[in-house]
Amino acid sequence: MDEAQLRQIGVGDSLPAFNTEPVSRWNLALYMGASNDHNPIHVDIDFARQAGMPDVFAHGMLSMAWLGRVLTRWVPQSCIREYGVRFTAITQVGERITCNGEVVEIFEAEGERRARIQLQTRNEHGQIKLSGDAVIALT
Amino acid sequence: MSLNRAMVGHVSAAFSLPVEASRLRLFAKAIGETDPVYTDEAAAHAAGHPGLPVPPTYLFCLESESPHANQLREQLGIDYQRLLHGEQRFKYHRMCFAGDTLSFRQRIADIYDKKGGALEFAVRETEVHNQRGEPVATLINTLVQRNG
Repeated sequence: MDEAQLRQIGVGDSLPAFNTEPVSRWNLALYMGASNDHNPIHVDIDFARQAGMPDVFAHGMLSMAWLGRVLTRWVPQSCIREYGVRFTAITQVGERITCNGEVVEIFEAEGERRARIQLQTRNEHGQIKLSGDAVIALT
Repeated sequence: MSLNRAMVGHVSAAFSLPVEASRLRLFAKAIGETDPVYTDEAAAHAAGHPGLPVPPTYLFCLESESPHANQLREQLGIDYQRLLHGEQRFKYHRMCFAGDTLSFRQRIADIYDKKGGALEFAVRETEVHNQRGEPVATLINTLVQRNG
């Protein structure tokens, strides 16, 4: 997206969404190594069961990384001023996750024109897993 | 309740870590990133970057390499089996790249509970600077511990 396109962004605009493949145990093992998050609950089913969970489950930060790709596919990363999420539900193995976002506000701050984005990940049943927001500089 | 509230205000000694291109490529693979800007130096240079850019959430991964991680978890009284990541936020001040050396300074900003202590929350704020002392980002991490 170039500067002229950034200037045209307005409230109600949707960010290009994308769907993940069904979350696999391989995804979680790979993310464990790549992320340096070595909590066994995401890859060791024995440990997960001991902790009262039915199975291993996805790292919240893996979903946050997917959702971050909604932003970087849309604008240059240098435009991102802030990005936060709440982890509202656990992402389970086998779920296909949809990542999307929408512009909810245009405002001025620190001499910049900025957009506030609402972001979500959901499973195929529409259950919200991550609920997030971001601030993007438009000028 | 089990989290140690005396830790509020605790600041860990700053630690520094190099940003390595090979680790960024592995991270890109793990998150399904397909944009060559994040894996191919030539594409990164063509986009005006001095090296592979650190993607938005990777700072959290670097932070988790803290030499104080185990000690801080013990001091806080955190139990992996009852731990959930509640919220994560990044405030970005400037981009950083493979080849940079980043310093992290972590502070326990708050500890509180909800539902009569059934859920406890620990908020950690981390300031990240590059090798020139320029602010790169502020990370705000909220951990949740399930009690009882």
